Amino acid sequence: MTGGLATPKSRVLPIWKFDVEAVRKDFPILGTVVHDKPLVYLDNAATSQKPLQVISALNQYYLTTNANIHRGVHHLSQKATTEYEAARDQVRAFLNARSTKEIVFVRGATEAINLVAQSFARPRFKAGDEILITHMEHHANIVPWQILRDQIGIVLRVAPINDNGELILEEFEKLITDKTKLVAVTQVSNALGTIVPVKQIIEMARSRSIPVLIDGCQAVPHIPVDVQSLDCDFYVFSGHKIFGPTGTGVLYGKEALLDSMPPYQGGGDMISSVTFEKTTYNELPYKFEAGTPHIAGGIGLAAALEYVSRIGLTQIADYEHELLEYATSVLEEIPRVRIIGNARPKASVISFVVEGLHPHDIGTILDHEGIAIRTGHHCAQPVMQRFDIPATSRASFAFYNRPDEADALAAGLRRAIEVLG
Amino acid sequence: MSDLRELYQEVILDHNKKPRNCGRLETANRMAEGFNPLCGDRITLYLKMNGDVIEDVSFEGKGCAISTASASLMTSAIKGKTIPEAETLFDSFHGLVTGHDCPVDAVTHIGKLAVFGGVREFPARVKCATLAWHTLKSALEGKIDAVTTE
Ligand SMILES: Cc1ncc(COP(=O)(O)O)c(C=O)c1O
Repeated sequence: MTGGLATPKSRVLPIWKFDVEAVRKDFPILGTVVHDKPLVYLDNAATSQKPLQVISALNQYYLTTNANIHRGVHHLSQKATTEYEAARDQVRAFLNARSTKEIVFVRGATEAINLVAQSFARPRFKAGDEILITHMEHHANIVPWQILRDQIGIVLRVAPINDNGELILEEFEKLITDKTKLVAVTQVSNALGTIVPVKQIIEMARSRSIPVLIDGCQAVPHIPVDVQSLDCDFYVFSGHKIFGPTGTGVLYGKEALLDSMPPYQGGGDMISSVTFEKTTYNELPYKFEAGTPHIAGGIGLAAALEYVSRIGLTQIADYEHELLEYATSVLEEIPRVRIIGNARPKASVISFVVEGLHPHDIGTILDHEGIAIRTGHHCAQPVMQRFDIPATSRASFAFYNRPDEADALAAGLRRAIEVLG
Repeated sequence: MSDLRELYQEVILDHNKKPRNCGRLETANRMAEGFNPLCGDRITLYLKMNGDVIEDVSFEGKGCAISTASASLMTSAIKGKTIPEAETLFDSFHGLVTGHDCPVDAVTHIGKLAVFGGVREFPARVKCATLAWHTLKSALEGKIDAVTTE
């Protein structure tokens, strides 16, 4: 598959073992033409594309199965319920959770974190209790805690990162005190690509009996995850970043914790009996799933997880790592380009600035070359403040990206420098 | 490529590299802040009003090429103008960059600002081009809160 690559003379290319052309066939959208150029989709950290397997699962659901779940005796309702619950089991297996009671379907990581803030933290924390996060969290793992701070007066502590974008573990450990009631950290930074040593963090916290929430949004598409071996208390991710439908997501929580928590929202499906005097809540996980869920979405998500599991997350991680190294070396050759975030290890995310050019202008010019990247603060404004920049350009790679797309990005950047001066 | 050059015309690139009327205006008696949450661009606009006349104007802030050049060219264009004249320019400029029922040729009296005609082909960039103008409007109306383009 190295054939046809525009290979600069000086570079020795790795031998690509991964059959990227085979997987690209599963993603018809990658054949899109943008401004007369082939699409180069490098905005996977914002959302990933969906394979035919997922699209067809959604289609099949609506073509053959659509009905409401958990409440009908008729054939379609039973079929929909069975498929939705099978999807839940697929998620359970993907995370290696003990039980499907620990798998709550939600709208996305954002909703999952808000659920934990309101149902886990709010009833049991008091003013002065501390929640420890890091400087590289997505706004979704900052703002729900600030809302909680305004509600009950908890204190938000932020562990610093170094100039490479790595969490400073000693500082993190120092910030764990008697008052720390929850640790909530991302496993992979969406803005910097940093892979955080969550296993170590979880050990630090658990040895002091502090519960831990892991934001796995950017991790699950790239790294195999096992919640039992991690031993975290909560793990959240969004379906759309792992090749599944938007509006789907997962909250994993240890059964005992979920059991002890009050419901997040009230409505249908989350109850076992309702009178005007008293309502008893449904068992786990339904207690947290008020209202009709995104049934097709859950089934589509399961198809996505099955898809990545079939390719193999280890294979994916290895290939993406080679892509990352290659793309990094190609970008580093361009004068005025500075990569923001050089953590080791790192996921296939490259944030960068070009001296004298604004990311927004770079984004427009790359778009004209058919190249989709993200420009801005990536919903991680504190990261931008840490590096004293208003915004970055970010190229994020998935396993369906090719090395020549990194070359296209580099050519586009040279073009941007030429146009903008 | 041609419409990229339409967007990034020489005049725009020049005003981006060497923005005019850039810096704090010590004699200002009106001020407003503008913010484009999409790209994080911020601008502070200073006006020295003499009755109805914009006697002097400057801006501070760093943004993309389009928003910086727009602030630079706007400040040049409105200096010495009355409030109604500036408002008319605002409307013409808005028509120019959004293209709502408004062929480029129909936008008259706009002088150098016509270099922003290419923006209409880039809907994602309209907010960059109009940030300075929205900030001007809020300064003229004497609003204190930061305006956003959202
Ligand atoms: C690390 C991280 N956490 C949380 C989120 C929020 O995900 P969603 O918007 O799907 O709820 C994102 C999405 O960008 C993310 O990258």
